[in-house]
Amino acid sequence: MAAITMKNIVKQYGDGFPAVNDVSLDIADGEFMILVGPSGCGKSTLLRMIVGLEDITSGDMLIGDERVNEKAPRDRNLSMVFQNYALYPHLTVFENIAFPLRLHKVSDTQVKERVQKAAALLELTEHLDRKPANLSGGQRQRVAMGRAIVREAQAFLFDEPLSNLDAKLRGQMRTEISRLQKRLGITTVYVTHDQVEAMTLGDRVAVLRKGVLQQVASPRTLYEEPVNLFVAGFIGSPPMNFIPAAVADGELRTPFGPMRLPQTRSVDLSGREMVLVGARPEAFEDAAVVSDTVRDHGMTFDANVDVIEWLGNEQYAYVPYEAPDDIRKRLAELERELDSEAMRTQLVVSLDATSRLAEGSAAPLWLDLRTVHIFDPASGDNLTVSPTRGVEAPARQSGQSTADRGSEAGASDEDSRPQTPQAGAGEGTASG
Amino acid sequence: MNDQKTGRQVALWWIVGAAVVVYALFPVAWIVSLSFKSAADLSNQQFLPTTFVWSNYEDILVGDAQDLFLSALRNSIGICLIATFIAVLLSTFCAYAIARLDFPGKRVILTTALAVAIFPVISIVTPLFNLWRNIGLYDTWPGVIIPYLSLTLPISIWTLSAFFRQIPWELEQAAQVDGATTWQAFRRVIVPLATPGVFTTAIISFFIAWNDFVYGISLTSTEAARPVPAALAFFTGASQFEQPAGGIAAAAVIVTIPVVILVLLFQRRIVSGLTQGAVKG
Ligand SMILES: Nc1ncnc2c1ncn2[C@@H]1O[C@H](COP(=O)(O)OP(=O)(O)O)[C@@H](O)[C@H]1O
Ligand SMILES: [Mg+2]
Repeated sequence: MAAITMKNIVKQYGDGFPAVNDVSLDIADGEFMILVGPSGCGKSTLLRMIVGLEDITSGDMLIGDERVNEKAPRDRNLSMVFQNYALYPHLTVFENIAFPLRLHKVSDTQVKERVQKAAALLELTEHLDRKPANLSGGQRQRVAMGRAIVREAQAFLFDEPLSNLDAKLRGQMRTEISRLQKRLGITTVYVTHDQVEAMTLGDRVAVLRKGVLQQVASPRTLYEEPVNLFVAGFIGSPPMNFIPAAVADGELRTPFGPMRLPQTRSVDLSGREMVLVGARPEAFEDAAVVSDTVRDHGMTFDANVDVIEWLGNEQYAYVPYEAPDDIRKRLAELERELDSEAMRTQLVVSLDATSRLAEGSAAPLWLDLRTVHIFDPASGDNLTVSPTRGVEAPARQSGQSTADRGSEAGASDEDSRPQTPQAGAGEGTASG
Repeated sequence: MNDQKTGRQVALWWIVGAAVVVYALFPVAWIVSLSFKSAADLSNQQFLPTTFVWSNYEDILVGDAQDLFLSALRNSIGICLIATFIAVLLSTFCAYAIARLDFPGKRVILTTALAVAIFPVISIVTPLFNLWRNIGLYDTWPGVIIPYLSLTLPISIWTLSAFFRQIPWELEQAAQVDGATTWQAFRRVIVPLATPGVFTTAIISFFIAWNDFVYGISLTSTEAARPVPAALAFFTGASQFEQPAGGIAAAAVIVTIPVVILVLLFQRRIVSGLTQGAVKG
């Protein structure tokens, strides 16, 4: 077990294209770190540099306290699960799992014992004599995991290990991996482009965009305080709504009417003409079901509800609106970058399942202004979040900060939130 | 395969299959039958001999034609094994480079190999004959092995590079992460995966060399280097009134046996499905 430290890591491929650009990241001993981002953003490249399959163009890679830039993969003592499992087709499941042990000249009795143990943990015992070709996708995945956990590696590296499985199996294996990591307590770096995996598995999540690190934070911070448009749009499903707003007389003019930000969300708008207001679908509500005590914290507006999707436990309403051309272009660009298909000039609104809004009707909607974010449309920066939030310290803080938040939720909304939250402290977001 | 074939489809497949088998095997059966006919029986206008005799086999193995046939058999086996070995060795290196490395001229190599493979043998055999006589390669083993390489190398390069391209090379990296040196990764993972392909290639190129006639007859003059297919043409009957067909047939049966044995022996090793399962199915 060891910490992994990256200092200004750069990777340029032969054509000079920087696939990973100046990434600095501390992964604490025993931490579960997620690398997430759209496909092609350099996640695999970064992982392969950690494991030693890709040369590092510049920067330092430390495992434990040792610089490993020049070390061959076998001297780094890391184990990796590849996206397509990379099982050895000519070996049985037993020998596949035993392979690393055989290379390390472990005695036969030891091999047997450890493989049996790993197989039992992964429920592979009855398949030990079979060849990988005869296994199902989920079983192959588990064999790959078995091969990774059978030896005492310093860290586990996963490269999109679940992307080849169907949705149901993916859910099961996700839980499995989470359980396994908690039990073994080994430093883990997990690459994925699936945000459900990113949000549920990790202690911290590192968001990459075109090889550049955007934000490193706990899933909750990432969700509640994204540092820029990219992170805000990438994390969350359905994604955050971005509403164009013109700045006039210290007020925001949106297609849904004027918006007066509460104290906790107010930002310096001087010198700006246009901003984007980011609001999660769940920040909206059917105005009819909003209780009077909170109504004042938000704005109520009339919306043309286009389509309603009722999912049983909740429902989504779609509200189209008009946006200026340049904003529309900017949003389309963001969409492309995020590989998302959401139509950005419509609001996606999450409503209470009991709400009885009808499709194609005009209805009053309520937006909770305490949780909105203001983005600079040009740079994409989140003006409501201090820039120091970009990289959150590695700490066993996920548990602690959840506790903090629990008490906060009780004390609730009147707490005025510090304008610039200190990095590292349990982040104080007042949200419902 | 589609499991739900109707009975009629199955029957049709059987009929077509049987027709193909008969078409392919009838000449072989005929040769076998011919090899057991006595000299008088040869033109009896029947498929089966009236009496089964071993005289043809005795003739070529221990009798008059012994010198001609046995030396030719020795030449054929020796020359073909050497030609196959060299072709497989060279084409393994070549195909590895083509499959793994990115270098200019990759396509040129493959295209050249193809061009050589389709080049008509008959058109170079006369110049080769003159050249070989001048430099002393005529009627020697190397004099036959070298032209055989021009037959076996291109096809070996093509088969092997197609095969190597299918090997999941990521496994090499997986092995390195698991703690293998480059050599260990190659020996314990890549070699077992590549072996079936190399075997297939070896067998194919052995057959090509084994079956050659044109080079064999043009570039040899004595039993020093003459291979079996060429030697068959020099068989004579016991008297000038007897046809050598019986002896030729017997020799043909004998040279077919190694081919059949090879195929039966390595049939299981030529399982291309071996690499399946490494990646997601
Ligand atoms: N061997 C390579 N040579 C050149 N460019 C590469 C190579 N491998 C990856 N890249 C480029 O590096 C970028 C990051 O790739 P990768 O790390 O595989 O992305 P991800 O895993 O996030 O989808 C991509 O733009 C890709 O085109
Ligand atoms: Mg990748």
